[in-house]
Amino acid sequence: MLELFDGPVPVEEILVRWYRDEAGSNYGAYIPFIGTIRDEDEISGLSFDIYEPILESWFNAWQEKAKEAGAILKMAHSRGDVPLHTSSYIAAVFSPKRKVALKMINDFVEDFKASAPIWKYDLKDGKRLYAADRSTPISGSGLLGE
Amino acid sequence: MVRVEFLGPIQKEALEIEAATLHDVAAALQNDAEVKDWLETCAVAVNDTLVKSLDTALKSGDKVSLLPPVCGG
Repeated sequence: MLELFDGPVPVEEILVRWYRDEAGSNYGAYIPFIGTIRDEDEISGLSFDIYEPILESWFNAWQEKAKEAGAILKMAHSRGDVPLHTSSYIAAVFSPKRKVALKMINDFVEDFKASAPIWKYDLKDGKRLYAADRSTPISGSGLLGE
Repeated sequence: MVRVEFLGPIQKEALEIEAATLHDVAAALQNDAEVKDWLETCAVAVNDTLVKSLDTALKSGDKVSLLPPVCGG
């Protein structure tokens, strides 16, 4: 399940809803990761662009991988502006056992950072500035520059 | 004609160009001052699937997308 929101993700509503949705599914572990916007470098918040078709296929491939391990993944992310001290991202794994879920949440979030087609901007002094120095080229980048 | 789209922070309107493979797209964009500097760091998708070869064949109506470096979360 992939959910996108304009502005901050409603963390409390989502965590409770996902918990309830899987309460009867016999998963022993529910491990969420929540990303919250920190006050640093004089930003007033962050902003995001998302390319949904490729985000969906990336997420669906991960969901298949989770299924093979008897687990499921859920993810929520923001579009547009997200103020300080609110959250832009939740990823969660449900699995029968804790160890599978702990490894999967780490691997999933690492690959999310490297591969998910989402672009981040700092909101600073009324401007929206691409976070180029914190961004990662997707694997296989540079093809057209050869 | 194929449609070339620029995603995220690349501030550029989509282009319609004649191209039989991605070699033709690369040649066209390497001569475009607005996007030339992005090419080294962009991934490429054809019809929303990431591709890794310039030999990828294109047909009229295909969509080529340029994806600059990402940072979700």
